[in-house]
Amino acid sequence: MAGLTKSEFANPVINWIDTRLPIFTMMQKEYAVFPTPKNFNYFWNFGALATVNLAIMIITGIFLAMNYQPNADLAFSSVQHIMRDVNYGWLLRYVHQNGASMFFIVTYIHIFRGLYYGSYKTPRELLWMLGVVILLLMMATAFMGYVLPWGQMSYWGATVITNLFSAFPIVGPKIVTLLWGGFSVDNPTLNRFFALHYLLPFVLVGVIFLHIAALHVTGSNNPLGIDVKSPQDTLPFHPYYTAKDSIGVCVFLIVFSVLVFFAPNYLGDANNFIPANPLQTPADIVPEWYFLPYYAILRSVPNKLLGVCMMFGSLLVMFVLPWLDTSPVRSARFRPIYRQLIWVWVVAVIVLGICGAHKPEGIWVVLSRICTLYYFLHYLVILPVLGKLERPLPLPESISRPVLGARGGGPLPGGAPAKPMEKA
Amino acid sequence: MMRPQRSIMARSVPMRSAIVRSLLACVLVTGLFAATAVAQEGEMPNERWSFEHAFGTFDLAAAQRGFQVYSNVCSNCHSMKYLHYRDLSGIGLDEDQIKAIAANVTVPSGTDDQGNPKEGPATPASEFKSPFPNDKAARAANNGALPPDLSLIVNAREGGPNYIYGILTGFGQPPAGFKMQDGMNYNRMFPGHQIAMPPPLQDGTVEYTDGTPNNLNQEAHDVVTFLAWAANPELVERKQIGVRVVLFLMFMTGLTYAVKRKVWSDVDH
Ligand code: HEC
Ligand code: HEM
Repeated sequence: MAGLTKSEFANPVINWIDTRLPIFTMMQKEYAVFPTPKNFNYFWNFGALATVNLAIMIITGIFLAMNYQPNADLAFSSVQHIMRDVNYGWLLRYVHQNGASMFFIVTYIHIFRGLYYGSYKTPRELLWMLGVVILLLMMATAFMGYVLPWGQMSYWGATVITNLFSAFPIVGPKIVTLLWGGFSVDNPTLNRFFALHYLLPFVLVGVIFLHIAALHVTGSNNPLGIDVKSPQDTLPFHPYYTAKDSIGVCVFLIVFSVLVFFAPNYLGDANNFIPANPLQTPADIVPEWYFLPYYAILRSVPNKLLGVCMMFGSLLVMFVLPWLDTSPVRSARFRPIYRQLIWVWVVAVIVLGICGAHKPEGIWVVLSRICTLYYFLHYLVILPVLGKLERPLPLPESISRPVLGARGGGPLPGGAPAKPMEKA
Repeated sequence: MMRPQRSIMARSVPMRSAIVRSLLACVLVTGLFAATAVAQEGEMPNERWSFEHAFGTFDLAAAQRGFQVYSNVCSNCHSMKYLHYRDLSGIGLDEDQIKAIAANVTVPSGTDDQGNPKEGPATPASEFKSPFPNDKAARAANNGALPPDLSLIVNAREGGPNYIYGILTGFGQPPAGFKMQDGMNYNRMFPGHQIAMPPPLQDGTVEYTDGTPNNLNQEAHDVVTFLAWAANPELVERKQIGVRVVLFLMFMTGLTYAVKRKVWSDVDH
């Protein structure tokens, strides 16, 4: 009959379902036998970790939502109710709260992996751009989630960040009113943020599905950044990478548990233990740590509109990264200069993060300006030019014979000419 | 922008580690700046707390004395509205003690048959009674300043227990030339050094029944222990579960590592 799948599963129930809806065949193909480069290092765990993390956020979030009150008069005390009276409510909340931090740690490392090994380069541009969409959605979700407990930093953080939109001419003030649902951050703001905070994670699930679908079209990149040449270069995902990812998940859960059980408020802000008070501005309004570099970029510019544009620009520039980086070589291993400069960029971002935690005065302004400048220089000048100037090391012939010429840059055997680049 | 140019020529590696190292130094220096830039108002005390560190638990005797300090002194001005009397089992009080404590407090208890609001003794399920019906009344009684709710105060201040201890023990005479506003009190710890709270504790403010010396430092230490418990009542259970979870996960890590080694043993990589 037309359309029915020929299922290879022996179990009659599975076979019956699979014939009509081949999800088992699909899972088998995409997750079990899926050919995966055999030379992954542990950086390749972080995508799986992010997925686990998202699942944890959704599960804890749903149970929190059962006890949370999205009402300006009740929100703060409902969170205290969760912490004190709901059975294991403190666990749910600390997992959700620190889970947001873990999510960003994991995702930032995941992104760094992409930058270091050139995973954004052709043919994975769209895969990369979907990743940037995921990052933006995560940020929106985390920002609105942070407003929900309705502490001082929730309230003032929301006020500062929503106010940024007012910098845009003409439409700006209208956008702000729309975000607020009124003329200041208030109950309607909390209501809509709660609704969106519940919605966006599921949008994330959808985009992550596309992200992985795109990955399964192009196949994974690998630490050498060269294409898979033959079946010898790959292993079936299961059991090899399910086993390797399991180690990653365990280590991830250890770090997560140490945070949740021994230092649950370490990454938090003391001010958020004070109920929101529209009449009293905290001495310094700082966002959560994962927003600090962007916040520093924002505050490094004296002009509000320009600052806002630079802040959003620092994220949006990642969309065009595949075209800014002109080098055809993916992995930094074979790019002697990029390999150093990527660390300079990392340091610039970390210093920006430190600057973001301080009042924009004195040395902090200077530092954040230098680093902001470097941040954009890296993307807009260095990457386009470097690709043209840099002489890459010779690439190995294939993944299964990587040792040759990889690190030292020695000659390839048989006098083969240094292969300058992968098919670009 | 000069470096890349130069290293295009020099393909050697030592250069790289030098750059990375100087960059790390950069980060460290920034960190140091960060540390010194936190100009403290007063010297932050560095007390030893029973509940510090990974395995610390609450000193229950201190927390109970601290509850006594709160009830006798602080509760005249400060509410603790996220606590219920039943929660006091967390500092080791038994059911009868809690019932007796609650029964001594009069709270609104619904309406009588005519629909008039009525009052009655609190029960273990009642919330801690607040000293004032609302913020306005609290301000009116305190020279315009609002005594903050103390349920979360230890978490709500940078420095936590040490800061609160510093406030309670930081009252004194202003240095010569320091201009004080009317009705304010000098406090070394408080930002700006002028606090609307009159010094709540002195040597001998409360009478301890267990023979513990009732000097100012001891009273402050006890009440801060109580407040730390109030802000984090789950702390002991949390750490206990945490130890088990982390041990279990370490075991699982070892196990999955062994499995992975086994699975990969036939791969040449
Ligand atoms: C006579 C009323 C009164 C009593 C009794 C009292 N306080 Fe206060 N307390 C206040 C007022 C008023 C403030 C607000 C001070 C200000 O903002 O200047 C305050 C503020 C505080 C603060 C916050 C300081 C800060 O950093 O903002 C703490 C902590 C505190 N009190 C603890 C206590 C403790 C512990 C006790 C019992 C030992 C106590 N208070 C007894 C009136 C009182
Ligand atoms: C992408 C996934 C998610 C992220 C990054 C995220 C992030 C956050 C953050 C940062 C907070 C504030 C934590 C605090 O300081 O207390 C929060 C609170 C909250 N979130 Fe989420 N969240 C996610 C998914 C969800 C989902 C799916 C739900 C519900 C279905 C949910 C429900 C809640 C609720 C009810 C709160 C308020 C309670 C609280 O503050 O602890 N979250 N979230």
